[in-house]
Amino acid sequence: MLELEKVHARYGAITALRGISIQVSNGELVALLGVNGAGKSTTLATIAGVMHPWQGSILFEGEPIAGKSPEQVARLGISLVPEGRDIFPSLTVEENLRLGAYTRKEKIEYRRNLEEVFDLFPVLKERLQQPGGTLSGGEQQQLAIARALMSNPRLLMLDEPSLGLAPALVDQIFELIARLHQRAVTILLVEQNVERTLEIVDRAYLMNTGLIEIQGTPQELRAKADIEGIYMGMRRQPDS
Amino acid sequence: MINLEFIINTISLGSLYAMLALGLVIIYGILRLVNFAYGELIMIGGYTMFLLTGATPLPWLVISFLAVAAAMFTSLFTELVAFRPVREKSLTAMLITSFAVSTLLQNGALLIISPRARAVTLPQLFQTSVMIAGTSVPWRNILTILTCIATLVLLTMLLRYTVLGIALRAAADNFTMTRILGVPANTVISTAFAISGIMAGIVSIFWIGRSASVTPTIGAPPLLVAFVATVIGGMRSLTGAVVGGFVYATIISLLGVFLPPELMEFREAFMFVFVIIILLVRPQGLVRSKTSVERMG
Repeated sequence: MLELEKVHARYGAITALRGISIQVSNGELVALLGVNGAGKSTTLATIAGVMHPWQGSILFEGEPIAGKSPEQVARLGISLVPEGRDIFPSLTVEENLRLGAYTRKEKIEYRRNLEEVFDLFPVLKERLQQPGGTLSGGEQQQLAIARALMSNPRLLMLDEPSLGLAPALVDQIFELIARLHQRAVTILLVEQNVERTLEIVDRAYLMNTGLIEIQGTPQELRAKADIEGIYMGMRRQPDS
Repeated sequence: MINLEFIINTISLGSLYAMLALGLVIIYGILRLVNFAYGELIMIGGYTMFLLTGATPLPWLVISFLAVAAAMFTSLFTELVAFRPVREKSLTAMLITSFAVSTLLQNGALLIISPRARAVTLPQLFQTSVMIAGTSVPWRNILTILTCIATLVLLTMLLRYTVLGIALRAAADNFTMTRILGVPANTVISTAFAISGIMAGIVSIFWIGRSASVTPTIGAPPLLVAFVATVIGGMRSLTGAVVGGFVYATIISLLGVFLPPELMEFREAFMFVFVIIILLVRPQGLVRSKTSVERMG
């Protein structure tokens, strides 16, 4: 479904990605792991069209998408929930969700998606007329994911959805991701919480300084990581 | 002094300034661009009225609609040919471009029409007054207030209840995120420029209604008013623009009443003293915005 081939990207003079190749198949849940500054968020931003690679190719369902604008990429069915959530604080929850469905013009589909989203996030139904900025951190994260789901994405990209949330909410978010995966949503997940992530994903890529270091199933990753004894990120985190 | 006439006149001036400021801030909110060619849209509206009243038998109401349309299309056109090509480059490039567009439009008017003032024929209604509670109130002021109310209601409905309007507000919050959701940047920006042009067009009718003439440089004073009003009110919010417009009008009207006659020619200077005081107390403007500053084209 998604295929990155030797993608390079940089911010001005700083090289962020040094030729990474990633594949995500239909219905898969794949994670990008690695320490801060490894290039995980840059990878998502590059796929979403927010950044443009200066080398390499990105194929989505066989179509090259490198260099397309964010709105063009969104129309193809790729949805990004950025780090820091980026909900619209001055818009109500309902307006946030309505914009999430911008690429979907049908009213019936909108209603159905809205019901589905309320089913997943009952709290949003209660907060419908409240400005997004007045929600708690956990609720904002739920809104951000709900907004992305409103477009019926073919590929959902989540950038550190558990960041800055209380432990109970972190559990909820991981359960939710697992549940979305069961519903056959294709997901590319960026996470710092390595242990929790490896519990739910099909495959993972371990990134470091703009390169893919290791890839494979959780078992393979655990084995390789043990042998090579790397990464602070691979150690069990004290809060989990 | 402070009587009914004063109050109505101040509200009327405030209405005009509020619409003026709105047209400037709707673009600033999304692109962080102060469009210095904004005043020239008022000039375009004025010349449209001048040309049509002289050459055609069209009724005045039709002519004023055409003036608004001309300002709107000029605004859209400048976005398309001047701002869009430099949008991805830098904010400075856009700012300089706006000066260039301003100069070009002004010189165009100088060349094609004339450097001298041209009279714009206004309907009888603009010169007559009506008696309200014992004071004579010019119809022009009442019309300004009514137009402003109608414009604000329409604009609010657009921004609240249409997907495009919601997208405009979202883009002012976070442009990149709006695009990630699939909203085309060009659609949002064109809409903002169209609204800005409509505001300038509406203002041009009443601005020119005061002097009944139009010159190539007529755009400079309203641009300054719009800029100062948005700075007072807060550059980041549409409510701020409206508040700023009314505050500006109130201060300038009060100065007109209380300043001794020999200081009257320094009214603007006193006005700016007030602006400086407001900015010292509230540097972010009177109406604060919750969202962070970000720009993306």
